[in-house]
Amino acid sequence: MNGLIVELNALVLGLFILATIAMTVTKQIGACMQLFIAQSAFLAASAFLLGMSPLSWHLIALGSVTVVSKIIIIPWVIRALVPGEVHQRRELSQTVDVPAALLVSLALTVVGYAFAQRLVHAAPSLSAGNLAMGIAGLLVGLFLLAVRVEAVPQLLGILAMENGAFLAGIAVAPDFPLIAELAIAFDVPLLAFIVALLARAAYRRIGTTEVGALSTLRERLR
Amino acid sequence: MAESIALNLAQLAFVLALSPLFAGILTRCKEIVQSKRGPSIFQPYRDLRKLFAKDERVPEGSSWLFHSAPYLIFVVPLVITLLIPVLTNFPLFMAFAGDMLAAGFIFAVSGLFFTLAAIDGENPYGAMGASRTRMVGFLAEPVIIIALFTVSFVANSTIPYIVQQHWVHPIANFFAPSHVLLLIAFFMIILAETGKIPVDNPSGHFELAMIDESKALEFSGRSAALVKYGGYMKFTVLAIIFLNVLMAPWGLASTGSPVAIVVAAAAVSLKVIALILVIVIVESSYAKLRLFRISEFLGAAFVVCVTAMITVLLHL
Repeated sequence: MNGLIVELNALVLGLFILATIAMTVTKQIGACMQLFIAQSAFLAASAFLLGMSPLSWHLIALGSVTVVSKIIIIPWVIRALVPGEVHQRRELSQTVDVPAALLVSLALTVVGYAFAQRLVHAAPSLSAGNLAMGIAGLLVGLFLLAVRVEAVPQLLGILAMENGAFLAGIAVAPDFPLIAELAIAFDVPLLAFIVALLARAAYRRIGTTEVGALSTLRERLR
Repeated sequence: MAESIALNLAQLAFVLALSPLFAGILTRCKEIVQSKRGPSIFQPYRDLRKLFAKDERVPEGSSWLFHSAPYLIFVVPLVITLLIPVLTNFPLFMAFAGDMLAAGFIFAVSGLFFTLAAIDGENPYGAMGASRTRMVGFLAEPVIIIALFTVSFVANSTIPYIVQQHWVHPIANFFAPSHVLLLIAFFMIILAETGKIPVDNPSGHFELAMIDESKALEFSGRSAALVKYGGYMKFTVLAIIFLNVLMAPWGLASTGSPVAIVVAAAAVSLKVIALILVIVIVESSYAKLRLFRISEFLGAAFVVCVTAMITVLLHL
């Protein structure tokens, strides 16, 4: 039974990193958000699986908090605030083309694996994979943040980084106090709320959410 | 040993007899999904009979390459059939003559000759299709290599009969991420290598958009029949490698008795038909990719495969 849980957890981790990499290459914002939901679901599944074998309510609570805040509340906040046209639009101005983005994400995954090899003594052996894939998720999320120019994928990049940090966190400190997790669970939807409001305002004002293009200040002439 | 040889021949007979049927089922199911009636599932047999009876025409300037390629295309899938477990889960006469790497190389031989023959046939579309197939081929190559690395990492062997036993002993191996991700990547490779929809449209009749089909435009009569038949068998062999070697050895005969072999033949046919239904769903729900986006599709397969390998390394 335990062996099966280890394998299932490893499978969930593999799918987690695949969803993260797919987020960096998908062009539609709606699809990017669905991949983020999938990624959060894999994070929650990993927490549930790890919380099952030596029974740990902390991890199960963490998984439930993830389900509520990242699968239900955040997508709802973004859908409600960001105008509908933005979701269906194809993001044409990517800074890195797809094969290059795939290769960079892969390289970052390997880097995450190399880091985890060094750090693996700090974590129980069961979740060495969580540590590696968590670090990889963090790095790929950072890459996503760097290559995307639209506001919503950038926000999803931050959230993907956060998911990666969580995944590594449950490997390093499975008995992290629940109050801190609850704090994060309230913090992150607020972050999504603020960025979504910003994107809405930007879209109203300039007709696009390409915040990456907003690099110079311009004084208004009266 | 006599029994072993007889079983190997039974595998050949299975692939020879049922490959056109599988192709017919695939076409029929796709037509049904599109709310059409579609041709009978036995249509490929009728096509082959018609083509075998017809006269053959060859382009004027063509050389021996053009004449010999159809035979190679026809024979190569049969050679690979001898190496892989089609009906039995115990090694047969030719089992240790070659591993999965060898199977890849043997497939490459027929691919090379098909390409050369297409250029030799002096049809401009043939050369175009040939260069496009090479493009898909060299993008698929790294994926296949990494897949073989992963298999040899996990199962400590690339002999198909040994690999297939690894996934179910113990059963936890079946759910290992390396296994599941490998299956996803190999499925994408099957779609690319047999010219299915995200990469190529097998039912398209527009030469400029063809990838796989345009290579066979100049063949007629018996050559055309052999090329078609070879194509059907290539798909069946790849499907059987996918289902029996890479997925699980379920439904295969564990003894050489005739009853067990017949039951195994039925079970394997059902497995292939199930795979065909999945392919029908994929082909009906996606559009063909633009030529320059094929690299993205195969790049995704590559990422899936490397992830499979990394998850193997994590277990060490």
